[in-house]
Amino acid sequence: MRKCSTANLDALLRTIAENASLYLPVDGTDGRAHFTKWEDGVKMSDALNTVRSAKDFFFPQTENLMDFKVEGKTIEIIDTREECEDFVIFGVRACDVRSFDILDRVFLVDPVDTYYKNRREHGIIVSMACTRPSETCFCRTFGIDAANPGGDIVCYKEEDAWYFDALTEKGQALLSKLESLTEECDTAAVDAQKDLIRERMDKLPLADLTADAFGGDKLNTYFNAPEWKSLSQSCLGCGTCTFVCPTCQCYDIKDFKTNKGVQRFRCWDSCMYSDFTKMAHGNNRTSQLERFRQRFMHKLVYFPANNEGIFGCVGCGRCLSRCPISMNIVKVMKELGGNA
Amino acid sequence: MNTEALIPVVGVITDIRIDTPDIKTFRVVTPDGKKAFDHKPGQCAMLSIPGVGEAMFSITSSPTNTEYMEFSIKKCGCVTEWLHAAEVGQQITIRGPYGNPFPVDDAFAGKNMLFIAGGVGLAPLRSVINYVRHYRDRYGKVDIVYGSRSKDDLLDYDEILHEWMTDDGIDVHLTIDREQEGWDGHVGFVPNYVKELGFDTDKVAVLCGPPIMIKFTLAGLQELGFDKTQVYTTLELRMKCGIGKCGRCNVGSKYVCKDGPVFRCDELDELPDEY
Ligand SMILES: Cc1cc2nc3c(=O)[nH]c(=O)nc-3n(C[C@H](O)[C@H](O)[C@H](O)COP(=O)(O)OP(=O)(O)OC[C@H]3O[C@@H](n4cnc5c(N)ncnc54)[C@H](O)[C@@H]3O)c2cc1C
Ligand code: SF4
Ligand code: SF4
Ligand code: FES
Repeated sequence: MRKCSTANLDALLRTIAENASLYLPVDGTDGRAHFTKWEDGVKMSDALNTVRSAKDFFFPQTENLMDFKVEGKTIEIIDTREECEDFVIFGVRACDVRSFDILDRVFLVDPVDTYYKNRREHGIIVSMACTRPSETCFCRTFGIDAANPGGDIVCYKEEDAWYFDALTEKGQALLSKLESLTEECDTAAVDAQKDLIRERMDKLPLADLTADAFGGDKLNTYFNAPEWKSLSQSCLGCGTCTFVCPTCQCYDIKDFKTNKGVQRFRCWDSCMYSDFTKMAHGNNRTSQLERFRQRFMHKLVYFPANNEGIFGCVGCGRCLSRCPISMNIVKVMKELGGNA
Repeated sequence: MNTEALIPVVGVITDIRIDTPDIKTFRVVTPDGKKAFDHKPGQCAMLSIPGVGEAMFSITSSPTNTEYMEFSIKKCGCVTEWLHAAEVGQQITIRGPYGNPFPVDDAFAGKNMLFIAGGVGLAPLRSVINYVRHYRDRYGKVDIVYGSRSKDDLLDYDEILHEWMTDDGIDVHLTIDREQEGWDGHVGFVPNYVKELGFDTDKVAVLCGPPIMIKFTLAGLQELGFDKTQVYTTLELRMKCGIGKCGRCNVGSKYVCKDGPVFRCDELDELPDEY
């Protein structure tokens, strides 16, 4: 373990930014934290989590997939992919770090999504332990330890110093570049912080929420549950929950005509939208109840069925604070699973 | 950089056959005149016109055709309307093959076959039927029940009349929904016709058509004593990526684009009822 005095932190960030683009949570003019590119003078936010999740770095809201040149009856396909530059995301919370594992299980399985893989290979994740978890946090429900957030390098912030430990080769390589600004240290301060974090986690309002009632074998238990009706009744189908969610990964592919040709791009989509499954001979989910059910069944039943029991939610709490009608996965779990 | 499944190759339309008032069959090869890729019966391909969009279609030609691929396409929206207006020589893009094929070399091997199709649902079955005809000695007796709205809506009538109907060991049973001048064949809906014909259960049945037809025909087959494990079908859900990632075709724990579109009917019971 290495530590960097708080006085040296700016120098440390500057050194990182010399070799790679560095992003970290910064308070915006809206008073909320957003991942922002670091430059001299930029201060890291104290907020617990960013409004938008860190998935944007690997799976951006829109991205160009390829271009076409169309002339008369002929078509030329232009592969616009480029090797992405190295970048560092600093201050990623345990929940968002786990979300990358969930996205990997979609985008890195055969056939590999090369757009995602390219960014994943070039991104270095510096995680941050959560000393002040919030009342909407329930990462522990999914076996995530906010005191051991993971990533390539794990970081613990104390008043006088920041502590770093490399967890991967990539992380080791970055940390070794920071040797002059850090010093080897024992784990006493970090161990104390871990105890504190776990103590605070125990006291969170959602500390007792469990996902035991859910899993890959629960299709028939919940699919026709009467509770879906009241749960989905007020859902606006706005898709906010899917956009802020670090694990939601549905996308659309669209073409855009430019004056030089055609760009094919992909953008986030949402199973909450009424035209998501609309097709020529009808729509297999015509009601908001069906679409609402799909989002939660996917996270709590279908995803675990295909991924050794791992749930498609990381308990980040974003949907709890962002839904305009205050509906969220916790309410769904409590209502269906009966641990209200 | 590695190959990317979402990036297609260029294809050229080399022939367009008008099948029915709203279905045309397109022959597609690469610009150097080759088949774009190999496939198995029941698999699909994504065709696109840059600037218009991309859509999934069954490869209706048999894999035993090594020269080109064919697609029977019903006009019903942006991409399909554009294709219907296209001329020979038009380039499009193509990627695939996608999905699980019919188990032609294992579960179907040595079996008597019963094919049941409605409307454009013949498209995926034509690939299997012509595969079975090509390897005729590997299969038993073949029955084909095919129905459409009218005589003019039967897909690929010439091939049915002059090739399938003249083959030994293949019985073709055609039906149209309503009486029509110049038609002396059977009149009535496919599910009822299947029951009237009353097939023995010593065979594998393959079903494709509109969801409502699949539902009633499956029920009819069960009345005749067929078990769901003897009946195969293909599902059609909205698709974008074709590779199990965009989430569009997800039903239960399955992605129809990669775990389907071919399913054995007992496997459908494990899916929630939303397909
Ligand atoms: C596995 C699989 C295999 C398939 N095989 C075949 C096949 O062999 N042959 C075949 O013909 N089809 C096949 N299909 C169906 C085919 O993919 C669809 O018909 C095709 O996607 C339609 O594309 P489109 O762009 O023409 O329609 P879209 O433009 O996407 O239209 C789809 C629906 O939207 C409606 N619509 C269109 N424009 C508008 C508008 N402006 N406003 C409101 N609504 C609108 C249409 O009426 C239609 O109901 C298959 C589908 C799948 C999933
Ligand atoms: S659950 Fe809430 S955030 Fe999600 S679509 Fe419905 S109203 Fe919007
Ligand atoms: S479902 Fe809600 S709590 Fe779970 S990961 Fe998504 S946004 Fe976070
Ligand atoms: S079409 Fe994208 S997941 Fe099936």
